[in-house]
Amino acid sequence: MELALTIITGFMVIGAIYAIHAKDLLSAVIACGIVGYGLVICFLLLKAPDLAIVQIVVDTMSLIIMVTVVLNTSREEPYYGLDSRGRTLAVAALALIIALLYYFVISTGHLDAFGESHLRMSEAYMNGAAEKTGSANLVTGVVFDFRGYDTLGEATVLVTAVLGVIAILRLKGKK
Amino acid sequence: MKGMTTIVKKTTQILAGIIFLYGAYVVIHGHLTPGGGFAGGVIMAGAFILVTLAFGGGFLNLKKEETGSTATENIAVLIVIILSLVGLFLGAKVFFLNFLPRGTVGELVSAGVLPLYNIFVGIEVTSSIFILFLALVIFKEEDT
Repeated sequence: MELALTIITGFMVIGAIYAIHAKDLLSAVIACGIVGYGLVICFLLLKAPDLAIVQIVVDTMSLIIMVTVVLNTSREEPYYGLDSRGRTLAVAALALIIALLYYFVISTGHLDAFGESHLRMSEAYMNGAAEKTGSANLVTGVVFDFRGYDTLGEATVLVTAVLGVIAILRLKGKK
Repeated sequence: MKGMTTIVKKTTQILAGIIFLYGAYVVIHGHLTPGGGFAGGVIMAGAFILVTLAFGGGFLNLKKEETGSTATENIAVLIVIILSLVGLFLGAKVFFLNFLPRGTVGELVSAGVLPLYNIFVGIEVTSSIFILFLALVIFKEEDT
């Protein structure tokens, strides 16, 4: 299983790198799809069907919207050369990546083995959650009962985002 | 926005209803099977987007759709907030109180308020995604 996850993650990394360097924006959008659908397979392998359903549906929908936008605007990506500021930023990004890799190597030694993590909180959720919430699907029980406040925030974020989109794309704002 | 060819229109007529029903199934069975308000809501929005893409529609029509969707979305979120506040008015000082009887685990009508939350969040997500799509389409229509 770890091998399969590694292979899929490798494909996702290749797709993401291709999406950055593609000349045609349409192929860049489709390469983004590789990342999303690879994530779906990862979720299915890790036995998380709830997340997999959400991911596959949202990914398809955003792919449709992005393809529509690309087809209706421009397929060429404007290219800007690397000036001195860009070079400084590139060096800074490289240093950050090296520092993160260093801390990643240190911290993975202290974690539990893959798939063997047992948190106090998750055990409290899993023991008798069906009786406490009355819901056969544990995820819905956690999302709407134990962590209802969290979900309310999520729904409100979506509403706020849509209000922002309407405010930006309104009739008068274009002049 | 112009519609597409007859083949696409006929296929859409057959498929859109089935896609919408599947989304409604995912929402209503959210407390029994994988899925829930967010996933099912996006599937239902997909049915609406499919119809809009295939059949098109005039500028005024799309604008009317957008206004209606905005009202639906805001009312659905308001109902979710009111449902979460009911626990405060019932005397128990608990936010998100499950005030309805739980019933048997595994039946369709069970789990108290959780199915209601699922349904209203599903409606909200449906109209949100549909508005995002419509706003982009209308923005392009205004240009031409």
